[in-house]
Amino acid sequence: MADLAIREPFELNAPLIEGRRSYSEITSDVARVVESRPPRFWYIALAVSGALTLVFFAVLTHLVRTGIGIWGNNQPVGWAWDITNFVFWIGIGHAGTLISAILFLFRQRWRTSINRAAEAMTIFAVMCAGIFPLLHTGRPWRAYWLFPVPNQDLVLWQNFRSPLMWDVFAVSTYFTVSLLFWYVGMIPDLATLRDRATTRLRQIVYGVLSLGWRGSARHWNHYEKAYLILAGLSTPLVLSVHSIVSFDFAVSILPGWHATIFPPYFVAGAIFSGFAMVIFLMIIARKVYRLEHLITMTHMDNMCKILLATGTIVGYAYAVEFFTAFFSGNPYERYVFVNRVTGPYAWAVWTMFACNVFAPQLFWFKMFRRNIAVMFAVSIIVNVGMWFERFNIIVTSLHRDFLPSSWGHFTPTIYDVLTFAGSVGLFLTLFLLFLRFLPVIAISEVKGVVPSPGQGKGGH
Amino acid sequence: MSLVQISDSTPKPLETGRRYWRSLEELAGTPQFRRWVEREFPRGASELLSSSSRRTLLKLMAASFGLAGLVACRRPQEKILPLSKGVEHYIPGKPLYYATAMNLAGSVTGLVVEAHDGRPTKIEGNPRHPESLGACSAFAQASVLSLYDPDRSRVVLRQGRPSSWEEFARFAADHFRAEVLGRGSGLWLVAGSQPSPSYEAVRNHLLGRFPEARWVEFEPISREAMRRGAELAFDRRLETLYDFGKARLIVAFDADFLGVDSPGVRAIREFSRGRAVVSETDSMSRLYVAESRFSITGAMADHRFRIRSSEMANAVEALASALGLMPAHSGNFPWAAAVARDLAAHRGASLVLAGPGQPPEVHALVHLINEALGNFGHTVSFVAAERAPGEASFEELAAALASGRVQTLVVLDSNPVFAAPADFDFAANFSRAATTIHLGLEADETGSAATWHLPQAHYLESWGDLRTLDGTVSIQQPLIYPLYDGRTPAELLALLSGYKDQRAYDIVRNYWTARWPAQEAERRWRRALHDGLIEGTGAARLVPAVDRRRVLAAWRPRPAAGGIELVFYASPSVWDGRFANNGWLQEAPEPMTKLTWDNAALISPATAKKLGVTSGDVVLIEHEGRSAEAPVWILPGQTDDSIAVALGYGRTVCGRVGRRVGHNVYPLRTSRTAGFAVGVNVRPAGRRYRLVSAQDHHAMEGRPLVREATLRYWREHPDFAQHAVHVPELKSLYPEHQYTEGYQWGMAIDLNRCVGCNACILACQAENNIPIVGKREVARGREMHWLRVDRYFTGDEEAPEAVFQPVACMHCEKAPCENVCPVVATVHSPEGLNEMAYNRCVGTRYCSNNCPYKVRRFNFLDWHKGLEESQKLVFNPDVTVRMRGVMEKCTFCVQRIEEKRIQAKAEGRRPLRDGEILTACQQTCPAEAIVFGNINDPASRVALIKKQNRNYVMLEELNVRPRTSYLARIRNPNPELV
Repeated sequence: MADLAIREPFELNAPLIEGRRSYSEITSDVARVVESRPPRFWYIALAVSGALTLVFFAVLTHLVRTGIGIWGNNQPVGWAWDITNFVFWIGIGHAGTLISAILFLFRQRWRTSINRAAEAMTIFAVMCAGIFPLLHTGRPWRAYWLFPVPNQDLVLWQNFRSPLMWDVFAVSTYFTVSLLFWYVGMIPDLATLRDRATTRLRQIVYGVLSLGWRGSARHWNHYEKAYLILAGLSTPLVLSVHSIVSFDFAVSILPGWHATIFPPYFVAGAIFSGFAMVIFLMIIARKVYRLEHLITMTHMDNMCKILLATGTIVGYAYAVEFFTAFFSGNPYERYVFVNRVTGPYAWAVWTMFACNVFAPQLFWFKMFRRNIAVMFAVSIIVNVGMWFERFNIIVTSLHRDFLPSSWGHFTPTIYDVLTFAGSVGLFLTLFLLFLRFLPVIAISEVKGVVPSPGQGKGGH
Repeated sequence: MSLVQISDSTPKPLETGRRYWRSLEELAGTPQFRRWVEREFPRGASELLSSSSRRTLLKLMAASFGLAGLVACRRPQEKILPLSKGVEHYIPGKPLYYATAMNLAGSVTGLVVEAHDGRPTKIEGNPRHPESLGACSAFAQASVLSLYDPDRSRVVLRQGRPSSWEEFARFAADHFRAEVLGRGSGLWLVAGSQPSPSYEAVRNHLLGRFPEARWVEFEPISREAMRRGAELAFDRRLETLYDFGKARLIVAFDADFLGVDSPGVRAIREFSRGRAVVSETDSMSRLYVAESRFSITGAMADHRFRIRSSEMANAVEALASALGLMPAHSGNFPWAAAVARDLAAHRGASLVLAGPGQPPEVHALVHLINEALGNFGHTVSFVAAERAPGEASFEELAAALASGRVQTLVVLDSNPVFAAPADFDFAANFSRAATTIHLGLEADETGSAATWHLPQAHYLESWGDLRTLDGTVSIQQPLIYPLYDGRTPAELLALLSGYKDQRAYDIVRNYWTARWPAQEAERRWRRALHDGLIEGTGAARLVPAVDRRRVLAAWRPRPAAGGIELVFYASPSVWDGRFANNGWLQEAPEPMTKLTWDNAALISPATAKKLGVTSGDVVLIEHEGRSAEAPVWILPGQTDDSIAVALGYGRTVCGRVGRRVGHNVYPLRTSRTAGFAVGVNVRPAGRRYRLVSAQDHHAMEGRPLVREATLRYWREHPDFAQHAVHVPELKSLYPEHQYTEGYQWGMAIDLNRCVGCNACILACQAENNIPIVGKREVARGREMHWLRVDRYFTGDEEAPEAVFQPVACMHCEKAPCENVCPVVATVHSPEGLNEMAYNRCVGTRYCSNNCPYKVRRFNFLDWHKGLEESQKLVFNPDVTVRMRGVMEKCTFCVQRIEEKRIQAKAEGRRPLRDGEILTACQQTCPAEAIVFGNINDPASRVALIKKQNRNYVMLEELNVRPRTSYLARIRNPNPELV
């Protein structure tokens, strides 16, 4: 990738990789994570997240056996934590593709240290997300009717007017392309792990996974082309997936959902939450595996800037929503927004404002952008805030709509809480397994951003 | 409609045709199995009645499963013709309809019952019957569920132990002899009100055999005060009949005549016809209501005066004074003069009435007013009310019990241990009678305390006859052989007295055929069965003269009593407690409070403030040393310092549905305070109790959902209803479906006629197999009613007006639910229906989220779990029973549309006639507020109604184009009082 242009808008003068690391040092730094016994932290974390995952599957079993009624969903709140969690996880999944594809096409080379982990995060978040729309259905054993597969039960096709149908396509396409992109990008590194493997099992597994990669120029040529094409394919998906998820709401006629600002608003929010999650995971990974020199403060700083930018866009979107509701003169629309800030769920809305709009404003200051503790706290706060954003959109709009006679209230049950906590457990479990068995940093790409042997410092 | 002929012969096993066996054991004919079959009710079945451990419940349920094979597919077994030759008109899969009648506390409604394969599933009113006119009440609609109630009494109990009718017959033959009972001086019989000529004949036979026996009629909610008022006014025992249809002006004093004060439906029908308006030039009746509790009658009022029940006498006196019938009155009733002038202007076409909770003097004074206004013979008439020979009052019975003079007490279809006035100590003294015999549908508080409890046949299992207040007699015919070996009160009395006929069928048939010329008897009997009433049975209407001096002499000035009053009223759900185990009724929201599964102490916001309580706080109510607890519910419009509380809740010995549901306030109700008690002491009990309302929000938030105007405003702005909201020209992205030929269904609901009585909700529930979900799930907002009646308050919080709006699926032409369903489970039919394909639905609930009317209902859990076999018999086989995880909603009764379509096709492919198809809600609506039909036909009734200028569409600006439209509500206030 050395032939790609090298303009660096962010931190022009800061080195992307700290210290003078040779190619072999980089290789061993990354491969060491996979090849050595994991630290004690990893086992503790896996025990906790694994337990939560088991809870997750137990609750889902209970859900399928008993019905949606174990959750707090009701009339009029047909969707509650289930779809909140879905949108939340899909949002998390956004940063990965953005980092891999868009930043790649825009030649943001600082992405190289974090793109692999971010993509993995995307895959796992989308997996968590996908469970919800399938299992939020009343009859999940019939959920395959949502897919355009021929079925003999009823010779019926899908309703292509339904945004939920579009969702199925958007999310499954996104998942497929993201998975391919992640996997293709990983092939050279898998080959590296194969070559360094000391056990027969590792040789076989990594050998199969690396698809016979030998690092020849022809391989690299094909690889680069494939990577570029996939990046090109992924780029519109970054914008489309969350736009289409937002159509679930925007296409409806429900006040509080029926808004044209939703697609950009959702995309910004998704990138926002995705980057917050990347920051959260990277802080842990670089600390635990001592990868500070590869995932540097510069990376963290850049991500904080994106957090600040997207957080501000999200804040702007909130403001526009309120303005539109006021300006429309539509009493139902106005009521929804008055109800959001003063009604029974006002606390959730104010939590959202505080977390999403105000917390990232710290990153105007460099001292906070370079303070790991602040970053860590803000990344968690932002994800809490983004979860509440979806909760507010879904539940506060549904619980009081057109006819006051039908107004209701949503109270989560223990199963709502366990389902969400369980999905977090599944996500973390998958991520911990990724850390343990796959190269957490794109070795080959990182090598592209360090000075080649023999070159002087700062030379290109 | 067809008739069922029933013979005397005991059924013999049919040897013609093939023999069918019920199980391998039966085929094997093992003695164990035979014993098991003969016993039918395993030992221990009755344990449920007293106390039920989990183990007993499980055992019982297991036994019920075992019984499943026995109870399924019951047909009337007493047939002249063997079924192998076919019952006349019986086509498998097609329902049959039979006329019968239902009695509720002496109020009789003629019914037509739909039966599928020998099991009644749906109750309709009998159009020929004067008290029904084709409609029926929520109670009648729900009564079919009680028939299949698995908690009904199934077995004769002696001292709480299972026994049998044979054993009881031996006991009765031994006990009811002159040698034992003498002339019957120790024999007392207490019965619920059952106006039935043949039953009275059996009763009189018994009383003839035991001339000193005493007969007591006991109804916790009765018209006795009205009869006593008539006695005072006319010196005769008379029943008062009103004709609300002829009344152009109605003044109701504490009379919820559209609600629980007349459990029949004729009052609603007549009243709503008086309110019906087509164009703004029409006239409509005017209704003044003075009441303490905010009732549905008050919600229909043009003027509602909040007056405490204990001051109602003063209000009536003020009106009488204003009419010049009494000396000038000093009370603070500023409206009295204006109402009096209005009444004077409507001589002969007005109606003044008082509620049954008011004392006799008030009723007498009301008679005086009506007579002075020339209403007798027009809107008010009378028929003679007869007493049974040897009839005693309940008070006398209580005294006799207390003094030990009652040796044998027979209780028929009544629950006095639960509902007797508290000052009689009836429950404590009940066991002082040596022998107590109780016949009832359930082994209730009385049944479980009695020496003998006998299962009663449900009215749908019974032969009999019933007489309305105006004397019209209906024949009650059974729809099904008694499920649980029950007998009718007439049969029991026949057994006790050795009447010539022992079986209900013989009793009623012989009673009537003996009165007819022999050659006509058969024809007239069949005619009576077919029509549901016996021709020429109406009683003579009397127009007696009021004894004015007596009425005025009995009048005592009543100083306004201070303190808080407590008003008792019959629950529109459980009545006096008898429907406590009926889940449909328990879950039906009380019309004004929308509370389900509970009663509450209803108080005004100001009184709540004064007492320092809020909705859900439990208060301790004390009166004359008696006390009861009840949770508070703040009801705007309730009169200050007046607490209203529904009777009938808090049953302790009851089935699984009704046990300990709500709070029992009978302990506060004495014989002197049957209507209301003054000067009660109320204080917070320091506890909270969860009350569940099906509607949490009660204001319209300024949204033009229910549109309303005064008659005068309407005349000035004839199209006000269409201009409540600005609707720009609306376009759709999708092409329009062209309804050029055939049918296009639509509905119109007249809000000016709807009184909010709940009958439609129950009719829909019965017709469409709608499950109940229980209090906890209603609290979560998961009730399943396809049709709900929204109730909104408008105006001042203390004295609001209330409006009702029935809301079901609107069947939008541009239905927002349809385009969001990913699997095409909800689709548009070529006739404009918005249809649900249950077996395609995966349950995303997106349709419900996108429904602006929120009429879709989701099966969050399996609501049919644990249903016993008998409960499954109530299902309408024409309607799918929905599984968990699917969405459901109103279908415009598509099964009824299809049934008529098939019928029309069979009758030579004729087109469907307007009015041929009735939806369940429409058919039972006593107010005729709902009209359904083909809007493609410009001459159809619904199309014509939709052309009226009161017609509007709710949320029209959304461009979803609903097929259900509403006709705006019109109030007709007195210009003098505005």
